[in-house]
Amino acid sequence: MEPSERITACIPRLRRYARALVGDRAAADDLIQDTLERAWSKFSQFRDGSDLRAWLFSIMHNEHINQIRKRRDMMSFDDDAHDVSVPATQSDGLEIRDLDRALQTLPVEQREVLLLIVIEEMSYEEVSVALGIPTGTVMSRLSRARERVRAYMSGTPLITRLQVVK
Amino acid sequence: MNDKLAVTEADLQAYVDGRLSSARHAEVEIYLAAHTADAERMAAYRQQNTALRKLFDPVLDEPIPDRLLDAAIPPLTSSARRWSATPTFRIAAAAAWIGLGTLLGWNLRDTPSPYPVNVSDGPNSMATREPFQPASFAKGAALAHATFAPEQRHPVEVAADQEAHLIKWLSNRLGKDVHAPSLAEQGFSLIGGRLLPGDKGPAAQFMYEDPRGVRLTLYIKTEGGGTDTAFRYADENGIGVFYWIDRDFGYALSGNLEKSRLLEVAKVAYRLGGK
Repeated sequence: MEPSERITACIPRLRRYARALVGDRAAADDLIQDTLERAWSKFSQFRDGSDLRAWLFSIMHNEHINQIRKRRDMMSFDDDAHDVSVPATQSDGLEIRDLDRALQTLPVEQREVLLLIVIEEMSYEEVSVALGIPTGTVMSRLSRARERVRAYMSGTPLITRLQVVK
Repeated sequence: MNDKLAVTEADLQAYVDGRLSSARHAEVEIYLAAHTADAERMAAYRQQNTALRKLFDPVLDEPIPDRLLDAAIPPLTSSARRWSATPTFRIAAAAAWIGLGTLLGWNLRDTPSPYPVNVSDGPNSMATREPFQPASFAKGAALAHATFAPEQRHPVEVAADQEAHLIKWLSNRLGKDVHAPSLAEQGFSLIGGRLLPGDKGPAAQFMYEDPRGVRLTLYIKTEGGGTDTAFRYADENGIGVFYWIDRDFGYALSGNLEKSRLLEVAKVAYRLGGK
């Protein structure tokens, strides 16, 4: 298969992930467009036989971080630096429409890990490679992300975390 | 016993994701049976997984927007793109737009194309005395084509999904009703259009694309002369341009297409142009 066909075949998955990552359809497609343009500009660096999908996700990660930097509202990359946002509802169930909002309250580095594992079903090792972080960090971010979403969805403030901030 | 199992948080996460060996999975289940808080937490995480997939999996089935299909193709596939993407060309094109084209050494030809083409169903009088500047008209159309046709992100100002608005807007600005002829039977669908500066007033550009991503542009501007012309052909640095005057408008169809094929499309555009 031609490279362009292989790349096209990856687009639906890139879109699914990007939509979850940035929340907005147009912004997600912008991210993918930037990703594909970037991919072509460095396509000579892609080694035939390696995983094209993983390569594209890795580029998308970098493009996304660049976009955030450009917007000058980059969140801190210190996992502990984030405080808990106030849950939007007091719902005690898992409501789909709140889930998107819950995701967007996550620090981007936690959101990436959670989505790559759950939505994209990457292995922990693949996520580690795609994001360039140790597997241990993958696991701790995953754990934090899940707990934060759970707290948001259940309307429970993370008291322990709030107490850490003196 | 629980200590002996030494279930870690990483084990619990892998349990949620179903990534433990069956033996380890069983051990974690024993652990969870004795630790209800963790068990509830893991149940909530599994619900999260299900809900996240339910929320985002439908994106997989959405049609892929054209701009992403475009972006999946190597950006420098055609010679026209290569040529028009060079910084030199871009700068030159910009300069030409503000009327400096001749200073940059373009040879403006006053004579019609060396390859005049007459078609039986086309307009039939070759140019008489007219204010129409055929060479600069074809060149302007080719420059507009070369400037915008390679554009991935913003090929048009108004997209075809707002065609009615596009037509109304361009008609208002050109002062007469313009139309975007349907070239669907030739395999080209309308992407949209934009307004451009022309030497005697605004011009309109409609852009079309075939399923392979080949783009054509139809450049339209008002021509007061009112003298219809035959089809003429010009090769502007690799971009083929068929152009003609029909009633109030001058038309130029540009593309990096075989001449005979471009002519076929031009005939249709001519036939439908005034409708």
